[in-house]
Amino acid sequence: MAPILIVFGPFAGSIIAGLFQRFIGDRGAQVITTGFLVLSALLSAWVFYDVIFAENARTIPLATWMQIGDFHATWSLRLDPLSAVMLVVVTSVSALVHVYSWGYMSDDPHRARFFSYLSLFTFAMLMLVTADDFLQLFFGWEGVGLASYLLIGFWYKKKSANNAAIKAFVTNRVGDFGFALGIMAIFAVFGSVSFDSVFSDVEGMSALSWSFLGMEYNAIELIAFLLFIGAMGKSAQFFLHVWLPDAMEGPTPVSALIHAATMVTAGVFLVCRCYPLFEAAPLTSAFVTIIGATTALYAATVGLAQNDIKRVIAYSTCSQLGYMFFAAGLGLYSAAMFHLFTHAFFKALLFLGAGSVIHGLHNEQDMRKMGGTFQALPATYLLMIIGTLALTGVGIPGTPLGFAGFFSKDMIIEEAFMMGEEGVPFGMLAFWVGVIAAGLTSFYSWRLIFMTFHGKFRGEKEVLDHAHESPPVMMIPLILLAVGAIFAGITFKDQFVGRNAFTFWEESLPAGPYAEGNYGDEYRASLAEDVLAGHTDLESESLEAAVGEGDASAPSQTTDSPAGAAASGEVGEAHGGHHPPTWVLWTPLFVTVFGFALAWFLYVRHEGFGARLAARKGPLHSFLLNKWYFDELYHFVFVRGTAALGDIFWKVGDRRIIDGFGPNGFAASAMAAARRLSRAQSGFLYHYAFVMLIGVVALTLWAMTGAGGE
Amino acid sequence: MTEIGLSHYLAVAAILFTIGVFGIFVNRKNVIILLMSIELLLLAVNINLVAFSSHLGDLAGQVFAMFVLTVAAAEAAVGLAILVVYFRNRGNISVEDVNLMKG
Repeated sequence: MAPILIVFGPFAGSIIAGLFQRFIGDRGAQVITTGFLVLSALLSAWVFYDVIFAENARTIPLATWMQIGDFHATWSLRLDPLSAVMLVVVTSVSALVHVYSWGYMSDDPHRARFFSYLSLFTFAMLMLVTADDFLQLFFGWEGVGLASYLLIGFWYKKKSANNAAIKAFVTNRVGDFGFALGIMAIFAVFGSVSFDSVFSDVEGMSALSWSFLGMEYNAIELIAFLLFIGAMGKSAQFFLHVWLPDAMEGPTPVSALIHAATMVTAGVFLVCRCYPLFEAAPLTSAFVTIIGATTALYAATVGLAQNDIKRVIAYSTCSQLGYMFFAAGLGLYSAAMFHLFTHAFFKALLFLGAGSVIHGLHNEQDMRKMGGTFQALPATYLLMIIGTLALTGVGIPGTPLGFAGFFSKDMIIEEAFMMGEEGVPFGMLAFWVGVIAAGLTSFYSWRLIFMTFHGKFRGEKEVLDHAHESPPVMMIPLILLAVGAIFAGITFKDQFVGRNAFTFWEESLPAGPYAEGNYGDEYRASLAEDVLAGHTDLESESLEAAVGEGDASAPSQTTDSPAGAAASGEVGEAHGGHHPPTWVLWTPLFVTVFGFALAWFLYVRHEGFGARLAARKGPLHSFLLNKWYFDELYHFVFVRGTAALGDIFWKVGDRRIIDGFGPNGFAASAMAAARRLSRAQSGFLYHYAFVMLIGVVALTLWAMTGAGGE
Repeated sequence: MTEIGLSHYLAVAAILFTIGVFGIFVNRKNVIILLMSIELLLLAVNINLVAFSSHLGDLAGQVFAMFVLTVAAAEAAVGLAILVVYFRNRGNISVEDVNLMKG
């Protein structure tokens, strides 16, 4: 019963708030939706405990959706560790965002609609994460897309908000198209869309291939690839990332809930949920790694130059999603989910903190017009610092001291290094990208803090005079999220990715290299076999790395090392304890501190240096400020291209061919024929008489020649 | 001097008929001439009817001719009446201008 209430409570709240606002008022709508969400969050915590620690994973069937021939789709709630984690993340962040919105949206005339949309989103997201087959997943997937569209365009009188909403929706369509094709391909291959039956058949189908346009495609690779296209759209990965920064047009609580903590992580969830498919698809996994790494780096670089406080955080989200994806691509699904889990807390904290700043400064979002506000907004300042520390992953390696991001992000970086050593494609690349992006993350995050809170205030003086700290109803969710941002990492590290991961995830995810009992003797044995078989390239790299001489250009390079053949002992040692060398543990912290120092140097020590740098409009700065010119490129290729194509179809296809030969054509030829015929109608009697005469003569001749007669 | 036979009557009727026809579509001037031409056509037919009636010894032809005369008289009356009204409306009765039905 509890799971049903968790999922359908928000739906009921959404319906009531959306349709019966006139009876219950805005306040009533707020109370009902928030009440349902808080209830959901509490029940989710219980379900989390029940599923994971009481080992009560189960699937609750609700109803049959459709039954057409062999095609069978059901409504059901699948409760396994993976969906339990997502339930907790979604409901807790959503509940906090609901509470926060009481304060943030207090002046808005359409509060009931806003809360209705928020609850609708939560319902769709919960349907997504508890799906037991691909079709229900797709239902939730589209539901969150719809809610995202509605919420981005919530202030529908703003043209930019409408444009952003359309952009988000259309970009997501591209991804969803891939996802839908993937589901169809799954049905074509497996004859079912239910997770269990698909995943248990993956091995049997791994050799199946399709030929298309003269090329052979492995069916599993193709399915995984198509699913990943869907994930790319929803999670704003490289090429389909363009909608996420624009989505910041929506109210800030929306950005925190949908575009940071939950919806955008649906893609990561999808990849993790379908890990048996991705594990059977090495090429696609490599592609996932590359896209993830590219996004992590790309978004981090763009974040350096943005001036809108929310956009910086949006690019940060994009970048962190990149981390999750390259982790998933490398097979580190548990690390990806762990980062998703911790990221939800600190990114929601950062967004809501930014919302608090915006609220306090009367809807000012441009960081160039902020500065020195820490006196006016001390609590927000402190909470944003906590969020930033968590995002940048500050912590001391080897000790349990650290913020949430330290445990999850550094875990991804470390494990990427280990995967690179083991020869997983692009593992080393991912490792170095992760390190560089960590440095960039630190720089832009601290830049945000310094530009917002430190130095002199650069806006109008009046704004600062009226700056005020947010009301408690906004601060309490922030404080709770801050608690999550501090403790989520250390509390759950062992469960998600550490020693107990194997029992934590059970069947639902591979536990990762640190888990006890997983990657055990069998794994070590297979590694030793590799060594014996002479796969020397792997070891040569690990040797290099182990002595601390790895360098950025080397990782993908593999050379035959004479030491390789003799290295089996050392390799066994390196992997036996499953611990990367110490320098790998310290590198992320080092680059983080470096990024902090650089930001401090540019924005505090020499205040205004960064602004002067920006004012010079150097090519690199412009390149980053304009997001690598992606919007311009897409505008040129897709928008203008589509418009030109539409023009052709409109002018040639529709107006000339269809209208020309169709309705207008018929009409025109009928007119022409009628005009010609009407010329016979002269109106002169003697013409008619003459024709009659001709008729008489003809008939007479006909009769006389006997053709008609006998 | 040859006997005047059927063929002569028929020839006269044919000539009259032809004159009538030409009167209809060569005449561009006057609607009255049109009516007269129609009268001619009817008379030509009458001559044929009477000639055949006499030739075949069947009175039905002459009865028919009487009918045609009656109809022709009625037709002339109606036609002239229309003509009078038409003239009142249009001011002339030139055939050239009678083309209101032109498509």
